[in-house]
Amino acid sequence: MAEVKLDEMNHMQFDVLREIGNIGAGNATTALSQMLSAKIDMKVPKIDLLEFKELGELIGGAENIVVGILLTLQDDIDGMMMFLVEKKAAKSMVKLLMGGFSTGEDEDFSEMELSAMQEIGNIIAGAYLSSLSALTNMKITSSVPYMAIDMAGAILSVPAIEFGKISDKALLIETEFGDVGEEVNGYFILIPTLESYGQILTSLGL
Amino acid sequence: MGTMIKVGMADLNVCLPPDSITTLGLGSCVGIVLYDPAKKVSGMAHVMLPDSSRIRNHENVAKFADTGIQELYNRVIKLGANRSALIAKIAGGAQMFAFNSNNEMLKVGIRNVEAVKSKLASLHIPVVAEDTGLNYGRTIEFYPENGSLLVKSVGKPVKTL
Repeated sequence: MAEVKLDEMNHMQFDVLREIGNIGAGNATTALSQMLSAKIDMKVPKIDLLEFKELGELIGGAENIVVGILLTLQDDIDGMMMFLVEKKAAKSMVKLLMGGFSTGEDEDFSEMELSAMQEIGNIIAGAYLSSLSALTNMKITSSVPYMAIDMAGAILSVPAIEFGKISDKALLIETEFGDVGEEVNGYFILIPTLESYGQILTSLGL
Repeated sequence: MGTMIKVGMADLNVCLPPDSITTLGLGSCVGIVLYDPAKKVSGMAHVMLPDSSRIRNHENVAKFADTGIQELYNRVIKLGANRSALIAKIAGGAQMFAFNSNNEMLKVGIRNVEAVKSKLASLHIPVVAEDTGLNYGRTIEFYPENGSLLVKSVGKPVKTL
């Protein structure tokens, strides 16, 4: 099995991981785009090796309020998949999904909006993971989506802690997406365990 | 007005008046303030995990409750704090996602708080105030001038500990 050391990853490995982000997020973006009937583009995925200090700054700063949807992964790939959207963007997304109908103009989410948001997370995470599974020929099972609306730093602490057990840095496959008007934007983050990184790379012949 | 010193995730620092010290977006991590009220010497740590001895990679001492608090303790003593006067205030250790399981890895918030308290007890430092657990993130600011710890959360009034 390809052994992965976070500090010693080579270009080839980075490229492969970036391609995984590309394909996974590509499918997820398509799913999102169809669901919302809106044109949504994604940016070129980034592979980031971040210190924990920097991690909180990832999405508009540690105190930026975001909606985080988290699924834990099991079977051939262990780890987590996260889908993060700024709160305002999440509102627009839900509004698009519900055909322009919003149950309230206020800042907070209604029960129905929360459940719609969770469903959005479920579908796009499913699209991301099934393409990853097809690409690598690995079996991936995910948990139900868990959702939290809070400060980005607090939400990102959950995957950070998992990385903290093995390293002083976190390796993320991160893809930003958005619609033309920048109303809907967010991030997909795939966070496999270190072992799973090795397995993914091996399955792709590295 | 002094400046505000920022402590990142898995990080620690010390602070004297008129400066203040803060850490942003504590989730399952725990923020610990050590403070000597007489000398107004303080320090803050943002720890992520309970126990360094169970983890292979522990170069960064600030990452763990046990080693992080020890290091913070050494730093405030070095800065002139009196061992027996030290008090502690702690915040964080939330469970950010409502996992419905007995999955151990997800209960790290609770275990962090327990580890912090047991380390503080072993150093004979009393915890005079805490805002821990539950399911939301916290930003904390500490002012050594008057010893107050502000806890800010989304959609909740600011608490002063």
